Amino acid sequence: MDPLFEYLLRLGDDRLILGHRLSEWCGHGPALEEDIALANVALDLIGQASHLLRLAGTVEGRGRDEDALAYFRDAIDYRNAQLVELPNGDFGHTIVRSFLFDAWSVLLLDKLQRSTHSELAGIAAKAHKEARYHVRHSGEWVIRLGDGTDESHRRAQNALDQLWPYTGELFASDDVDRALAAHAIAPDPPTLQPAWRGVVTDVIRRATLTLPTNGYMHSGARQGRHTEHLGHLLAEMQILARSHPGAKW
Amino acid sequence: MVSGTDPQTAALLEILHGVPDPEVPALDVVELGIVRKVELRPDGVVAVDVTPTYSGCPAMRTIEEEIVAALHAGGHEHVELRTVFSPAWTTDWLSDEAKAKLKAYGIAPPGRTDSEQALVPLTSTIRRAPCPYCGSSNTERRSEFGSTACKAIHYCHHCRQPFEEFKAL
Repeated sequence: MDPLFEYLLRLGDDRLILGHRLSEWCGHGPALEEDIALANVALDLIGQASHLLRLAGTVEGRGRDEDALAYFRDAIDYRNAQLVELPNGDFGHTIVRSFLFDAWSVLLLDKLQRSTHSELAGIAAKAHKEARYHVRHSGEWVIRLGDGTDESHRRAQNALDQLWPYTGELFASDDVDRALAAHAIAPDPPTLQPAWRGVVTDVIRRATLTLPTNGYMHSGARQGRHTEHLGHLLAEMQILARSHPGAKW
Repeated sequence: MVSGTDPQTAALLEILHGVPDPEVPALDVVELGIVRKVELRPDGVVAVDVTPTYSGCPAMRTIEEEIVAALHAGGHEHVELRTVFSPAWTTDWLSDEAKAKLKAYGIAPPGRTDSEQALVPLTSTIRRAPCPYCGSSNTERRSEFGSTACKAIHYCHHCRQPFEEFKAL
């Protein structure tokens, strides 16, 4: 397996799956502005995913485009982190998950825009600008919810406690990561952790929330071991393309 | 914005200036900076480089089709369109003239991009976009995400009018 192909799937799948989750809020947002905001972020993420998966297909060289990779792979072949496939829960849960992801994504994309792989660098430079908007949006909401009412504080803290064990996977490193780091195509994931922790700690403190202690961390999704939730998500996301292969509208 | 250095390129750009952005028709695709390069190659093919504004811009495909259609209508039968990502599109490319057109259309033009800003800044650092209708700075940003990927929602306390801003990227 080409490590670059594998890595591009991880990058693309993270954004495709989180984009799909956020799109589930369309028509259900707590306020019109938030409904629009979550749909906008979803659109950015799915756009980023389509560029990354198209590049993955080119690197693989077997004629698969972004649609083939998105709609005709099963859960075991998906490479997104478990964090992004978890159900949305309430608005606070959705926002805390997005913030933990966005704070990581913006730092990662900042490094990737200087990748030695010029096409990846170009896609990342564009995505990085969008990710700055995303982390500002989710970060501001974490502060509002955490430092809001007793109810919003309790919900945000619950979400943070439940999601924290899924953050370790973002910084795990395997042969794929090390191969790309050796060629300065991508940073080795653990190198991003101190900066991520800095951003997260600052926002959590301003939100008057309590940072969970690092205990057991879930892992395995980069190798295809997912929660039961991904299969259900894919069933909904893929049914149209699988029922009507090649359909255009 | 690309500009023509020779008559041939200038003529091609003139054609592309006739293609408005479908979501912000006050600007054309050259003014917006979506068209990065256009040239008539010796083999007779018109080669156009385009770059997306936002990764997920749903208007991109329509824009590409309209660029090709405009060149066909201008007598150029063979057109090759290429998507480029680098350098990444930025609102800093908009000329003062383009910004004035946005304002006249009722959309507040973008401020300068600020890459030094903290990732999650304090609320007090948020820019107050001047109202495109009355010019007042007594405005409030309601959301950085609006009716299209490229716009934010603001409210003017002076003329009590909601308005959109073409947000800096």
